[in-house]
Amino acid sequence: MTTPMQADQKDIRFIIERQDGPDQPTYTEEFTVPYRPNMNVISALMEIRRNPVNANGDKTTPINWDMNCLEEVCGACSMIINGKPRQSCTALVDKLEQPIRLAPMKTFPVIRDLQVDRQRMFDALKKVKAWVPIDGTYDLGPGPRMPENKRQWAYELSKCMTCGVCLEACPNVNDKSSFIGPAAISQVRLFNSHPTGAFHAEDRLEALMEDGGLAQCGNAQNCVEVCPKGIPLTTSIAAMNRQTTLHSFKSFFGSDKGRTGSAVEA
Amino acid sequence: MATRRDYFSRKVHSLLGVIPIGLFLIVHLSVNYYIVDGVESFNKAAKFMGSLPYLYFLEVTVIALPMIFHGVYGVYYAFLGSINTNRYSYARNWMYMLQRFTGVFLVIFIAWHVWETRLAKLRGVEVNAEMMQNIVDNPLMLIFYIVGILSATFHFANGLWSFAITWGITQSPRSQRFMSYVSGVVFLALSFVGIRSILTFAGIL
Repeated sequence: MTTPMQADQKDIRFIIERQDGPDQPTYTEEFTVPYRPNMNVISALMEIRRNPVNANGDKTTPINWDMNCLEEVCGACSMIINGKPRQSCTALVDKLEQPIRLAPMKTFPVIRDLQVDRQRMFDALKKVKAWVPIDGTYDLGPGPRMPENKRQWAYELSKCMTCGVCLEACPNVNDKSSFIGPAAISQVRLFNSHPTGAFHAEDRLEALMEDGGLAQCGNAQNCVEVCPKGIPLTTSIAAMNRQTTLHSFKSFFGSDKGRTGSAVEA
Repeated sequence: MATRRDYFSRKVHSLLGVIPIGLFLIVHLSVNYYIVDGVESFNKAAKFMGSLPYLYFLEVTVIALPMIFHGVYGVYYAFLGSINTNRYSYARNWMYMLQRFTGVFLVIFIAWHVWETRLAKLRGVEVNAEMMQNIVDNPLMLIFYIVGILSATFHFANGLWSFAITWGITQSPRSQRFMSYVSGVVFLALSFVGIRSILTFAGIL
């Protein structure tokens, strides 16, 4: 397979943490991939898949990883690249220190190699009702309008792609703690700020206040540092701390079980 | 149905750290500072504190019970976390780590400190300047006390910052940054008061 060109081209070294199945032991395997301009980590992984031979020249199994959109909007291809969780599609080889080290995001159950199961994030979105219910048995008509300045910051929150990077970086998301993680908390802020979504604001706040909600945030603020979309996650967490606090006061002292919707405006 | 025990405990834990424990820390360090004016002055202040009305009630409700809850829940909570400053060496993550280390250390330090002073009083020893002078005459105990004071002032100052977030007071990054400056000033001021007092007891200043 050698071409004359390859002599003056560099190879890229990869050190990849692998695992053959969910409960299998982990091991590392090294690979060298011939350099091409403008490669990303995924195109390198595809190169290995085409010719699954490790750096020692031994034949091995191709590496498993998850991917979908290849433009950093789906969140599927997150992994630990040189120690930091990020999307492999936008991890450009030219900008990475070599050897490039890849590992799965172990906050989540590993399915195989670099592929993890982010189901807990989708369960969290269900738990907090991260949607706007608009279906009825008759035409409900147009919803209330949203002020432009609010739309602008809400749009930033809507960029969340449940990629799992914030949960991976959070010291309080682990097997011991029941913390829901930053992503779902920020989604409550998003849907509570939506004029129609606000009809169900209290349901979402109550879901966050239950065990396994937002209580165990430890304010380490790693989430906001690592979020690939620059979502103000720590602002969202503090905002939900305020909304839930006001909600709990209203439902304890108030006359209408806190169902005024005004907690959201605070 | 899921309970809200976590939510309630966490909020109460955060609040108790400021009121009354944080306020108590300020009062305690301020009373200690009388030693800078001399032994007489300190003994007078200590005597006044010891002669407050319904002292036992105050000590149990304002100091002991809040501290026990804050300590027990705090240690449980600290061990829920997994320190990851190796991979994520951001300033706030270091604060997160230090908050937990100082918290666990303070449980040990305060237990020892209460045994050595307040419980000694029950055993018939008089609490006065001489008592502290004897304790910190030992250089190892002096170091133990300095680390204890700095842990307490850091834990309180940084706790103020996270209290403001946990209760939803500071939401914007700007207000959180402002609060971190406030927290820094509180740390420096209280540390000065605490360290100057303990060094005076030790006869170094």
